[in-house]
Amino acid sequence: MSTTQIPGAEIILKALADQGVEVIFGYPGGAVLPIYDAIYQQNQVRHILVRQEGGAVHAAEGYARSTGKVGVVLVTSGPGATNAVTGLTDALMDSIPIVCLTGQVPTHLIGNDAFQECDTTGITRPCTKHNYLVKDVNDLSKVMHEAFHVARSGRPGPVVIDLPKDVCMALAEYTPPEKIDLKKYQPRVKGDLDKIREAVKLMAGAKKPVFYCGGGVINSGPSASKLLTNLVRSTGFPCTLTLMGLGAFPASDKQYLGMLGMHGRYEANKAMHDCDVMIAVGSRFDDRITGRLDAFAPDAKIIHIDIDPSSINKNVKVDVPIVGDVAHVLEDMTKIWKSTQASPNKKALSAWWKQIDEWRAVDSLKYTQGTEIIKPQHVIQRLSDLTKGMDSYITTEVGQHQMWAAQYFDFDEPNRWMTSGGLGTMGYGLPAAMGVQIAHPDSLVVDVSGEASFLMNMQELSTIAQYRLPVKLLILNNFYMGMVRQWQELMHGGRYAESYMESLPDFVKLADTFGMTGLRTSKPDELDDVLKEMIAIDGPVIVDIHVDPKENVYPMIPSGAAHDEMLLGPEDTAATPMSEEGMVLV
Amino acid sequence: MTRDETVNFHTISVLVDNEPGVLARVIGLFSGRGYNIESLTVAEIDDARNLSRITVVTSGTEMIIEQIKAQLGRLVPIHRVSDLTLEGPHVDRELALVKVVSTGDQRVESLRIADIFRARVVDSTNESFVFEIVGDTGKLNAFIELMRPLGLADISRTGIAAIARGTSSL
Repeated sequence: MSTTQIPGAEIILKALADQGVEVIFGYPGGAVLPIYDAIYQQNQVRHILVRQEGGAVHAAEGYARSTGKVGVVLVTSGPGATNAVTGLTDALMDSIPIVCLTGQVPTHLIGNDAFQECDTTGITRPCTKHNYLVKDVNDLSKVMHEAFHVARSGRPGPVVIDLPKDVCMALAEYTPPEKIDLKKYQPRVKGDLDKIREAVKLMAGAKKPVFYCGGGVINSGPSASKLLTNLVRSTGFPCTLTLMGLGAFPASDKQYLGMLGMHGRYEANKAMHDCDVMIAVGSRFDDRITGRLDAFAPDAKIIHIDIDPSSINKNVKVDVPIVGDVAHVLEDMTKIWKSTQASPNKKALSAWWKQIDEWRAVDSLKYTQGTEIIKPQHVIQRLSDLTKGMDSYITTEVGQHQMWAAQYFDFDEPNRWMTSGGLGTMGYGLPAAMGVQIAHPDSLVVDVSGEASFLMNMQELSTIAQYRLPVKLLILNNFYMGMVRQWQELMHGGRYAESYMESLPDFVKLADTFGMTGLRTSKPDELDDVLKEMIAIDGPVIVDIHVDPKENVYPMIPSGAAHDEMLLGPEDTAATPMSEEGMVLV
Repeated sequence: MTRDETVNFHTISVLVDNEPGVLARVIGLFSGRGYNIESLTVAEIDDARNLSRITVVTSGTEMIIEQIKAQLGRLVPIHRVSDLTLEGPHVDRELALVKVVSTGDQRVESLRIADIFRARVVDSTNESFVFEIVGDTGKLNAFIELMRPLGLADISRTGIAAIARGTSSL
């Protein structure tokens, strides 16, 4: 065996290559110069230079979410690391596999308040799945490989490796991944068969069942979505998806109820409230889903499949907990469903569907597109229609436009939808779209944005220009922080404190300064042409669409309310004033 | 849906890698998620395998206790989480060093009570004793209360170390 001693920085690059990393997103600085030097001297790993470290993490998230691979970030010490914190927290909340390499001052200076020093492992401990400070170059190979293992296995999440400059320059031998013992962290993937049998029995006896599925299905890989789709179809049960789960079950399927939750469809939330058996798959009973907990699905027996034991019984008491990877559990569940020849109660089920169809008839997503002003919902609906059948990916920022995108864009496949669900990070979508486009250079990538979110990370326009990424930045411009304005209207007497966006740039000219195409319209009859032009242009486009500034997102379950207390439109709002307890909730 | 809202104390043993930051991870988990720590002790127990044992006494409803264990269980350097309170009888012990500053009758009385409690004198001057007492938390509390009127000046307690009774091990 050879004992070639190489610098830590080269070990890092070798480890990245052996982990199958093709691209990293980063920003250089003093503490990471040895790593950048090693990047310069190799051709396997491509580096994408962002314009601020926050953008690097979101780009890596978009890359990871759209490919199922681990997204990799490289930033310098101090401000480089602290700028990455929002993205790391975002990835933790949405279970996105990220490995973030942070530079650090040399080991002998740690704790001395050196230039660009911060306690990176201390700061990132609560916002990562795990983190490491490498003090000895001989540990470096192991830490690198272990970090990738931790990031991608179990419930995925972000992992930080803090790398002091002297460690990157010191010499050691490189150890490839197959020689590293990773037994320590081995989350359970196979579900308990007895529990799965119990679940199947419950399902077979259900009269008003519903599948409630989330981002865990996406994280489990495309096979999980296929298994889910087949199982839902063979049971004949209705299926609703969370914001993070969109695409896990085809939106075009007649058993699909649409998204549930605070801005979910009427039929989805009503079905959740009235169901007698709920099959929760890779979803975590977030407060945006459950509404008021004591009124959540009062008659339901709940089956919960999740790879993270801490998700089970966290907010809602579960009757049949199944800890395991969604794909593994669904595979076993399908086998047992078929082998026991379980047949659902057909009569009860058809009565249930009749009830659901009545709820559907309410048409909770209806809106009227007039001739004067563009309705934001209409933009998304047209985008969805015009891109049907195309190889397309959608990212969003956070706010009203995000909800409209979730409500009106039809996703038939997983990994096509990138949004900041848990943390709700404005400024996520633009850099995330870059990451998606890097991974899928020939696909149509659209960032559905609001004008306020757009401004939060628009420095990345420069990155988009540099790499000629043909992303489409579609701004639903309502001249307000729309969701803030909506809450102020509904809950704070219409006192619009600081939610009006003054001094917006001319987005068309902005596009021009970066060498992109800028388009603008405020006329409903021009909308289709503008969207078609956007799709047709082979390059980055900023589209500034002036939409109705007064439009609110409906339906809405106000915070502190139950699933059957939905507001369907402005006329409901006046009738039901917000409760005091609801006001304090976010 | 009915939930058991009774708050109970649980003694939880955690086997962890003895590495920098592991205690911060555990403490950060408790503070970040708003769980209580009544007592926490940590020390290396196996230097060959580089393992430490953390004993934490916490309180909460059944659902919270279950969450605490699940949250601890998913930390990467944690090997095992064991709820001693749930898993059968266990022994828990704490050590306290109690300084009593007094003279005359009070001094004699403190020594007499220490004898009843089987506390040892580990330091003595003409005006003070340091007693070392080992026992469960209730015994230590009782001893300290009795010392209070007798010139109690300083207390240092280790927190609880606990282990399952019988043949089972962590």
